[in-house]
Order: sequence, then structure tokens, then C-alpha cells
Amino acid sequence: MDYYEIFISILASTIRLSIPLIFTALAGLFSERAGIFDIGLEGKMLGSACVAYLTDSAWLGLGAGIVCSVALSLVHGFASITNRGNQIVSGVAINFFIAGITIVLGQAWFGQGGRTPQLAPEARFAPIILPGADAIRDVPIIGPLYAGVISGNNILTYLAFLAVPFSWWVLYRTRFGLRLRAVGENPGAVDTAGISVSWLRYRAVMCAGILCGFSGTYLAIAQSAAFIKDMSAGKGYIALAALVFAKWKPVPVMLACLLFGFLDALANFMQGKQVPLIGEVPVQIFQALPYILTCVLLAGFIGVAIPPKAGGVPYTKER
Amino acid sequence: MSTASVPLPHWINYGLIPLLNLVVAFLISGFVVWLIGESPLDALSLLLEGALGSGEGIGLTLFYATSFIFTGLSVAVAIHAGLFNIGSEGQAYVGGLGCALVALSLDNYVPWYVTMPIAVVGAALFGAIAAFIPAWLQAKRGSHIVITTIMFNYIIASLMNYLLVHVLIVPGKMAPETRTFLEGGQLPKLTWLMEIFGAKLGAAPLNVSFIIALVMCYIVWLLIWRTKLGFEMRTLGVSPTAASYAGVPYVRIVMIAMMLSGALAGMMALNPVMGASARLQVGFVSGAGFVGIAVSLMGRNHPLGIIFAAILFGVLYQGGDWISFEMPNITREMILVIQGLVILFAGALEYMFRPAIVRLYQQFKRG
Repeated sequence: MDYYEIFISILASTIRLSIPLIFTALAGLFSERAGIFDIGLEGKMLGSACVAYLTDSAWLGLGAGIVCSVALSLVHGFASITNRGNQIVSGVAINFFIAGITIVLGQAWFGQGGRTPQLAPEARFAPIILPGADAIRDVPIIGPLYAGVISGNNILTYLAFLAVPFSWWVLYRTRFGLRLRAVGENPGAVDTAGISVSWLRYRAVMCAGILCGFSGTYLAIAQSAAFIKDMSAGKGYIALAALVFAKWKPVPVMLACLLFGFLDALANFMQGKQVPLIGEVPVQIFQALPYILTCVLLAGFIGVAIPPKAGGVPYTKER
Repeated sequence: MSTASVPLPHWINYGLIPLLNLVVAFLISGFVVWLIGESPLDALSLLLEGALGSGEGIGLTLFYATSFIFTGLSVAVAIHAGLFNIGSEGQAYVGGLGCALVALSLDNYVPWYVTMPIAVVGAALFGAIAAFIPAWLQAKRGSHIVITTIMFNYIIASLMNYLLVHVLIVPGKMAPETRTFLEGGQLPKLTWLMEIFGAKLGAAPLNVSFIIALVMCYIVWLLIWRTKLGFEMRTLGVSPTAASYAGVPYVRIVMIAMMLSGALAGMMALNPVMGASARLQVGFVSGAGFVGIAVSLMGRNHPLGIIFAAILFGVLYQGGDWISFEMPNITREMILVIQGLVILFAGALEYMFRPAIVRLYQQFKRG
């Protein structure tokens, strides 16, 4: 394989690995910008992956995945908005519950130790070949890039990249977005303006639920064709890291997710390969790198990441 | 007057409300069991039979409880200082490295009672070091402790993975684990303790670290409620601003509280590493750090409550194993479901039933 082909294949798997991160990190963006920490991203992703698989149909699966994820968001909202419970605790609870129940039900229904039978191709999101992909495949440089990376992805991939400018538009160019950001910084002011803090925050966590539904669906019926136990494998936490790394801004969120996806792709590629002068690079370094980078960023060594001011604090109306 | 601020007697606050939350969690779990097509009552009786029905069952229950006491204390100490330590899992993992290094280097030369105190220090030290950086980031740079401790769980998992696969592994073996410790590096089992109660421990790995866990409960109680440091930690936990006006050194207390928390988490490793398997294995913590969150919440962050909550979770873990053995339809992961529900109802929805209880209580007092 020549170097360009290797580059193209790593780039293609970077895209594949970044998509669930982008959806999930955007979900976290909506929730945390409204002042609700969401550790439960992981659980929502896993839950919607499981439900999406069960429907045996691509579009129905997406719908069911979103419904499941929004329902979990509402539980999180009920605990942390209405009951003013600890948001971290509630998120942790959701992660545990989903990690357990998907395996228990999966085993009870399919009896394959947490795995499920493969879906038929028509129940999945098929790759979309963009116009002209085959025609320019042999053109040097651009050809493989267009045919191998840009074209041939499924619809959710394109939706993920559309979700980024859309989220930006919602957050920065709509009244809802302005209020959503305000409620994460100063809920008291929003309340004084006569806007319901609770309802605004509920809508924010529902937005998060919808986006997590996309990422879970992507995992189960676009990237693979089955539900495997713990298939989210910490992606929810990586997305959280990406969100912090991107300083809670939509476009940097996408870039951070692509970076973390790239590290993941690189780790897969480097496994067992020798690098000149260094030798074999332990794959664990790539695995730990997103988290290390996030901590370094949090420490303020590469810019400052300032979280929404009211994040994690339940709002109590003054009497 | 709002129902949130009505004072309730202790037996309601620390007894009835946690019990009610627990009952709801169990009812929903029972519903899941019913959904699978098994009888919830049968499952419950199997759970109790497996966990408490034999000496070996009790031994295993207490073995699990030992780990949960350590991680529960770890979470509780941090919470008293207003810090939410999600990193007990990683700190316990590194603690395993600390006690394994001690055991590996001493087991050939000295008996276990010489190795043990050094291993306790080693495990605690490594756990504390793992908590040091998140603590420093929180205290000095203002990074949120929840985020950094989550990040550190993963960083530590990668680090330990690397060490076990590339460095500590026995040459020529496939499994990523250290060599088995000799007798000088193993904690003896508590057969005699069970024999006092006329029960046989059997193959259950209940060991001396259970006693260390109980001692740590007492020490933590002393620390939190009987020392100046503990008072300062609690002040900080209630109100950081008030604490700083009162002259409590924020940076120092945050660092100390987190490192104590990390040390307690690290000591958890004694139980599985030196007590049960006599070697350091990949992923030996297997979620005990997260169980600590549930244990601490259930036990209301009090050492005595933590002991009861840890035993409750020990029953769940051992009983859960037993159920999955007897009812193959219900897998071991049912524990995670129950655990999630317990965390949800005892932690996040802690006050859901409070208004209703307050109303009942007031009616009861009047009438």
C-alpha cells in the first residue's frame, strides 16, 4: 500500500469513528449549555442503540432510538430539574441501569450472551454513493478522497455534519438558543424575565436526548448490524471530553470529535506496527491521549475552558 | 412553610426514607424480572438464599462488602468536603499496583503480617497519588473534579493495561497478570471468624482486609466528626464561601480530602489482589469504585451507614451470582439494573417522597 492509500483509509475510519462522538458531544452541548451536566450520555447512547436494533428497520429504528433516549433524558430532567437532585448522581444511575438492562433483556430474548443476531441489510442505513464517485475514482489525489472518504457513507454520517451548523444556528441565532445559553449562565435572570427555567431546561435535555438517539442508532444499525453488549464502550465519556476540549462550542466540538476519532483510527492502524527509530508504539498511548489532552486543557495550559456558570446547580426560585 | 425545610425525626430521615427508596428500586427490579418471565418472589428468595443461606454465601457476601466499604468510604470522605469523586475506580486500580509491588518484592522474605502494613501503605499511597492531580487541578486551576476524575479513570485504565501487558506480565504467559504471590504476600482468610458463629467459610475469599475495612470506618468517623481537619472539611462541604471567610485554607483541604479519598479507594485493592486472587489482574476493580457511589449515598455518607449499605450490595452481588446460576434467564448484569435504580432513587430522587412523608407526619402528629 502506498502512503496515500493508507492516509485515505485512516481518514475514512476517522469519519466512521467520529460520527457517534459528534452526535453525542452535540447532545452534551445542548444540555450543559442549559446548565444540566450530563454524565448519562453513555447510557442514552447504549439504550437507543439497543432499542433501534430491536425494531428491525432503519428509519423505525432511528425513531425508536430517539424515543428511548428522550425518555431517559426526561428521567434525568425529572431528577435534576424538578426534584433538584444531584445531576452527576442521576447520570451515573442512568448509565448503570442501561448497561445492566440491555444485557439482561438481550440475554433473555436472544440468549446469545449479550450479542444479538445480525440484521438484514435492508434494516440498516446503506452507504450512499454520491454522484460521480465512480467516474473520478481514478483521478489522482482527489479521486480516492472523494470516492473513499466523502462518498459512500450512510445518511447519518451526513446528518452528523449537518447537525453541527444547525446546532450553531439554534444556539446562536434563535431566541430559544439565546435563552438556553442564558439559563446555563444565570438562571435567575431568565426567571426574572418571566421565562420558565424548568421548561427551558427540559427542552434542552430533550434536544440532548434526540441527538443521543442518533448516535445510538448509528452504532447499532449503521456502523454495525447488531447490538453488542456495552457497544458504546466509553464513547459517551470521550464525547464529554471532546465537549470540554471544544470549550462548549459547536464547531470546535466537531473538530475535537474528529481529532479524537483520528486518534482512535490511528491506534487501530498502529497496532503491532513498527515505527522507525521508536519501535512499536503502545496502543494504550492513543487510547489515553484524548483524556490526557482534555486534562491538560482543563488545567489551562492550552487556553482556558470555562464551563457554563450555572452548570450542575439546580435552580431554586427565590421566595 | 415549605415542606423541604420541615425537620423530621432521625428515624424518618435516616431510616424510613432510605428504606422507601430502596423498596421502590426493588419493586421496579422485580418488574424487570417479571418482564423476563420469571417470578420476582422466587428471584428474591434465591437472592437471599445465595447470599445468606450458607457459611460460604455469607463469606462471599462479606468479601464483596469489604471492597464496597473501602470505596464507599472513599466517596464519602470526598463528599464531606463537597467534592464528588467519580475516580475511586481508577484510584483503586492504581492502589492494586501499589500493593502488588509490595507483595511481589517481599513475599519471598517475610510473613504476611509484615507484608500487610507495608502493602496497606503502598496501596493507599498509590491511590492518593492518583487522586493528587485531579485534586490539584480542582484546587489550583479550577477544573471540575467530576470531569477530571472521569478522565483519570480512563488514563489509569490505559496505563495499567500497558503495565500489565508489557511490563508486569509473566514472560511466556498469555494472561496479562503478575505472578501469583507466595504465602508472604497473601492475606489469610477469616476462617476462625466464621467458626465463632459456627459457620464454615468454605471457598469464600473473605480475608483480613475485612477487619482493616472496619478499622478504617472507625478512623474515618473519628476524622470527620472528631478532628479539626474533619470539621474544616465539612465546613468546606457545606459552603466554600463561608469556609474561606472562616479561614479554612481551600487549596490545602481540597488536596487533603481528595488524597484521603484516593488512599481509601487504593486500599480496596488489598481485598481482591492480596486477599482473593493473590495476583494483580487486568480490570480487577470491576466496577467496585462505582458501587462505592451507591454505597455512600445509601449510607448517608456515614461510616456506620456505609457498612450496612456495603453489606446490602454484597448481598446483591453474591445473591445475583446465585440467581444467574439457578435462573439462567436472569444474567449477572441484573445487579447493574438494581444498582442503577438504587442510585437513582436513593441519590438523585432522594427527596421525591419527602413532601408526602412530611404531610403524613404532620397529620400524624396533630391527630
